[in-house]
Amino acid sequence: MALPQAKLDTTEARLARLDMPEGASWANSARQDALSRLRTMGLPGPRDEYWRFTRPDALNAPSAPGAAVFDPNETPLFNDIDRLRIVFRDGVFDAEASDDLSLENLEIERLSDAMNKDIHWAKDLYGVLETRGQDPVVRPFAAMNTAFASDGIAVRATGKVSKPVSLVYLHEKTDSDAILHFVIRLEEGADLTVLENGPAAARFNKCMEVEVADGAAFHHVRAQGRDHERLAVTHLFARLGEESTFKSFTLTANGRLTRNEAVIEVTGDNAIAHIAGAAVGDGDFHHDDTVFVTHDAINCESRQVFKKVLRNGAVGTFQGKILVKAGAQKTDGYQISQALLLDEDAQFLAKPELEIYADDVACSHGSTSGAIDEGALFYLRSRGVPSAEAQDLLTLAFLAEAIEEIEDEAIADDILSRLEGWLQRHRSA
Amino acid sequence: MLKINNLHVKLEEEDKQILKGVDLEVPAGKVHAIMGPNGSGKSTLSYVLSGKDGYEVTEGSATLEGEEVLDLDPEERAAAGLFLAFQYPVEIPGVGNMTFLRTALNAQRKARGEEELSAADFLKLIREKAKSLKIDADMLKRPVNVGFSGGEKKRNEILQMAMLEPKMCILDETDSGLDVDAMKLVADGVNALRAEGRSFLVITHYQRLLDHIKPDVVHIMADGRIVKTGGPELALEVENNGYHDILAEVA
Repeated sequence: MALPQAKLDTTEARLARLDMPEGASWANSARQDALSRLRTMGLPGPRDEYWRFTRPDALNAPSAPGAAVFDPNETPLFNDIDRLRIVFRDGVFDAEASDDLSLENLEIERLSDAMNKDIHWAKDLYGVLETRGQDPVVRPFAAMNTAFASDGIAVRATGKVSKPVSLVYLHEKTDSDAILHFVIRLEEGADLTVLENGPAAARFNKCMEVEVADGAAFHHVRAQGRDHERLAVTHLFARLGEESTFKSFTLTANGRLTRNEAVIEVTGDNAIAHIAGAAVGDGDFHHDDTVFVTHDAINCESRQVFKKVLRNGAVGTFQGKILVKAGAQKTDGYQISQALLLDEDAQFLAKPELEIYADDVACSHGSTSGAIDEGALFYLRSRGVPSAEAQDLLTLAFLAEAIEEIEDEAIADDILSRLEGWLQRHRSA
Repeated sequence: MLKINNLHVKLEEEDKQILKGVDLEVPAGKVHAIMGPNGSGKSTLSYVLSGKDGYEVTEGSATLEGEEVLDLDPEERAAAGLFLAFQYPVEIPGVGNMTFLRTALNAQRKARGEEELSAADFLKLIREKAKSLKIDADMLKRPVNVGFSGGEKKRNEILQMAMLEPKMCILDETDSGLDVDAMKLVADGVNALRAEGRSFLVITHYQRLLDHIKPDVVHIMADGRIVKTGGPELALEVENNGYHDILAEVA
């Protein structure tokens, strides 16, 4: 079916500003395939079902709308965590600033190096999960990413990795427009934690494909940078093998527009997939979580826990789906999306979906939005806790269920202290 | 300690007068009880004193050691030494009991210009206080009042009181929902806190609680006023004859 003219024009205008990197033949054809996918689906428009809550205009624009660099003037996140740092400056790998890319049970290569090799394991992953994730819902920015990603890394874990791989995204230019792609493969029984933090660029398109083989465990904690004007569209594609574990948590504080899509396919029996997010926004803030979990194996568990704290015109949206395929018996699926609206100008839009074709499953979902519990607030104040502190305490309590999804205590504490700091700076007058 | 003078209170939302001129004085170190039928304004009095929203003071005053409290925020009243043991303690999911108590205690100390308690000292203190109220480590770790039984919630109120060491304690129907053993435990907790510099205002429907927490003075409240004041024998009279006779007598 031909695309509507407006969509075609938007797409071609955007494509005209992009350069496709050259690599080995498999890499070139992966990119060309992605380009033709993108041309077939076109960039999103406001009439697309999954873009009803979020306007894609700023993401579609041929060049990045400028975003001022924000200096939070604080100790960088994960500073005290022993980790392997990989630094990107406005979307370009910075070898000087990064640690030595070697660690036991781990292979790390810059994406361009991997994609220049005629034979490389990344061939079976780059664009592969993204392609699978295009059905039944199209994700044009992910296809665009596969076609045009200008940097990134390929990571392969072959066993337990002793410390987290930490992706640090620095934003220094007000008009940077970055497209990064990551392919991560956990071999059987491997155990890897990936951290991400920083604003990355004025406009950031990131795609991460994660293959978790049988018995492997993948932990992912990210904090999206606090630059107020930055835009981000990210995709996290994961495929889970038998008895594997996948746990992902995202903290978003500030940012004019953030769209985080997660597409998780549970294909091995007895696997566990948890995905959680905490978003806090004050003012010009639009935050979109679009999550799609597919159960295609027996006795698997999935959890989606998304919490948003919104004030002063901030908007939060959630589109979450659990699809249980025929035969995926004994599935235990859970989904909760909640917003705490700190004033009457904040807005939360949610679309929870369940689609179940197996008959022996337990799936529950819920979505709420509400204000601070006045009874609890008074109780705290009556014990001497000042109003603002009491409100922070209740707000953190609201977010607790999402933060509890972070298994590592030191990392969770770091995230928590970020949230405490943010709340203190954004108290009501 | 606490002096209430001609207190008139109406609901903020509607034109309904609840307290119609309450006069009451609780001297330092004394235990006063307020009894009265449903709807007489007992709980409203406790809420107004602790600063809950939704009430409007139209006349009168309430002072704690000479300082007007009705102008203060709830947290300022707490720091000044006022404590309300809630009839229905509030459940706060996601906030651990320990965190809650430590935040409250240190906030009060800070407000009074005192040094905050270290984590170690706090832990020592709470363990000691919790033990006498038969509150185990698990209850301290759980979110505030979440999943607590009625008795556990009331014991938790008394634990907070013991930790915060207020000067003026108001107990709003602390006996409601308690079995005999739980009531005894709670009463023992309260009695352990009785001291020269600490006063109590015990609001209750029944005389039973007053068997355990012996009051110095008993007030009867009806239709928004204190209508009769006497010694502990007044509570017995209520127990035996109900409010009917007393109310008829003052009408």
